[in-house]
Amino acid sequence: MASPLDPHAAIVTEAGGVEGPLTTADGQPLKRALSRSSRKARWRAFLLVAPLLVFILVTFAMPIGQMLYRSVHNDGFAANMPQVSEWFAETEPGTTPDEAAFAALAADLQASAEARSIGIVGTRINYEMPGTRSLFTSTGRKVRRGIEPPYRDALLEIEDKWGDPELWASMRNSSTAYTDSFYLASLDRTRDAEGDIVQVNDNRRVYIMLFMRTLWLSVLVTFMTFLLGFPVAHLLAVLPLRKSNLLMILVLLPFWTSLLVRTTSWMVLLQQQGVVNDLLIWLGVIDNGGRLKMMYNQIGTIIAMTHILLPFMILPLYSVMRTINPSYVRAARSLGATSWTAFRRIYFPQTLPGLGAGALLVFILAVGYYITPALVGGASGQLISNMIAEHMTGTLNWSMAAALAAILLGGVLILYWVYDRLVGIDNLKLG
Amino acid sequence: MALPKYATPLERIWHWSYLVLCTLIFIFLIAPILIIIPLSFNTEPYFTFTQDMLALRPEGFSMRWYDSLMTFGMSQPDAPRGAAWFSDMWANSKWVNAAKNSVVIGVFSTILATVLGTLAALGLSRPEMPFRRLIMATLISPMIVPLIITATGLFFFYSSACVPQDSWAMAVFGPILSNSGCLANTYLGVILAHATLGIPFVIITVTATLVGFDQSLNRAAASLGANPRTTFFRVTMPLILPGVISGALFAFVTSFDEVVAVLFIAGPEQQTIPRQMWNGIREQISPAILAVATLLVVFSIALLTTVELLRRRSERIRGLSPG
Repeated sequence: MASPLDPHAAIVTEAGGVEGPLTTADGQPLKRALSRSSRKARWRAFLLVAPLLVFILVTFAMPIGQMLYRSVHNDGFAANMPQVSEWFAETEPGTTPDEAAFAALAADLQASAEARSIGIVGTRINYEMPGTRSLFTSTGRKVRRGIEPPYRDALLEIEDKWGDPELWASMRNSSTAYTDSFYLASLDRTRDAEGDIVQVNDNRRVYIMLFMRTLWLSVLVTFMTFLLGFPVAHLLAVLPLRKSNLLMILVLLPFWTSLLVRTTSWMVLLQQQGVVNDLLIWLGVIDNGGRLKMMYNQIGTIIAMTHILLPFMILPLYSVMRTINPSYVRAARSLGATSWTAFRRIYFPQTLPGLGAGALLVFILAVGYYITPALVGGASGQLISNMIAEHMTGTLNWSMAAALAAILLGGVLILYWVYDRLVGIDNLKLG
Repeated sequence: MALPKYATPLERIWHWSYLVLCTLIFIFLIAPILIIIPLSFNTEPYFTFTQDMLALRPEGFSMRWYDSLMTFGMSQPDAPRGAAWFSDMWANSKWVNAAKNSVVIGVFSTILATVLGTLAALGLSRPEMPFRRLIMATLISPMIVPLIITATGLFFFYSSACVPQDSWAMAVFGPILSNSGCLANTYLGVILAHATLGIPFVIITVTATLVGFDQSLNRAAASLGANPRTTFFRVTMPLILPGVISGALFAFVTSFDEVVAVLFIAGPEQQTIPRQMWNGIREQISPAILAVATLLVVFSIALLTTVELLRRRSERIRGLSPG
């Protein structure tokens, strides 16, 4: 039934005297022909996008999905220690391990040592309780030579650590293939012997501190880029096009220069025997003994990241400022506003879209930075991404790396969604 | 932006300090990039200006770090510089090999990213495109998701993306896969990863070009009897070409500059310039790194100029700017 507002209904009435809906030359109702052709057009548009969509899904979305899977799935213990895992599944958390549990453990240790998978098991428990990998491998060697019941006493004789309730709690945490323990660990939490979620020991609480530091440094870098970017963007926007195009090169050249080149430059500039220190000595600000330490700490990370991300703030600010009509400020001035009031009440509010776009972009990029903190950060300038890399290549705790990456990814995606809402992803411009 | 004649002294002071401030920020932006250029000609293995350099004495400057780039990793770096020396350098110098790898990986990933990205941008700019926003957000996301996360995911994916040994797939794809039949440690893997990372740039630049594109030109061509293919190659393509080329340049630079994914998924065979630089900076930092950096700066100046010329040309074609 055509509504009164339906354009096709209007055609019918305007045509006057035509009974029923209008038809095309081959007798199709016009409405159906239109919907068919627009469906065809939609498909045609979609088919153009489809190859890339498939490509991105395979080379990008699937790997990320696999990483997320890895963050909750680790069967290093469960697959190689089936009997004791079963005992854990049947008993409540907090149950004191009985002779049956030790028998299952001894059998699993023996089988696992035979299959040469004891190292995998030990590594998995080592994630939960550092320093236990050798306990597994050495006990495995001894158990392999034969072990007599009662198993509890036999195992305690080999190493009395086997009676440690904390060790049993760690084994329980690892006894399922699907686990939340890596996410708990990412938040400096673990499950104790009773199965309650508790904070880990003081000396192992690093991740929350790192997340906080990442957030704090990103906020700081975003603010610094705003402080430095705002006047420059304003100058570029008010200068005549010919001059501003020339100055724009000074913004675009860093943008186009390799990240590693820029990081290297900062290392050269900031090191203790470097150019900045030499310059300060020459100016008499500091003496030769008092060379400043500006690298391998947070200062280095902040300076280099501010420099690298500055163009991402200037470009969106510039494109918004360019469109602001100068007569509004002049009008405010003519009505008696001081220049500060005119700026605060009239000009600044109009720059907010550009500021929001720039700040979000800089913040999103800063949160995930890896290269620059790794090279100039030192110990105190490391961010969460450096910890992810450390777990990937150093400690080889891949599930932990995946869990940390997943949390970071969640944060970035929320910000990305906000960006798309506020700015619109189509408005992203480059150069 | 000149000051009006009636400006108060306070306004004048403010105006001039504002200009000084902006100058300082411009220096902050550009100085770190330019400072390494003279330092790369240092005779001494220092990262600061020597007395000789400051006095502009010729003995303070030398090409030794550029020379060491060519000879690093050669089997006979001190041989007389004849044909044999050059073939030794071409085959064995680590930096030369890294440059070759960077170019090969860059070119192939750029072609892949540009073809797929341009097609998608054409589809996305059609008004009939369904789920436009969502799809656009998905396709841009490789640029937004932190590289370390992408690299981590690719590491897991590539070490599990294997074809079984002794299968037909191994027989066909074996030469482009690693010995174990996996994507890890292969050129193909790096190329696919870099294409993924370059695609957002192609989409953004080509879509931006298509914003000002007059769809009635296509209809005009069709009404004059051109089929869709002719319309595309004779009408659409010439108009969006500047955008496509600058998108391709962005994709190439992304690949040429990328190190995180390479660190995670590439083997020693696929050593690229950034990875070689990364190793150099982490281990024994020598001024040879500054020589590479200088060459890369010159390269980026050339690219920037190209993109800028293309952008102006594109705006002129579309009638957005007078000249």
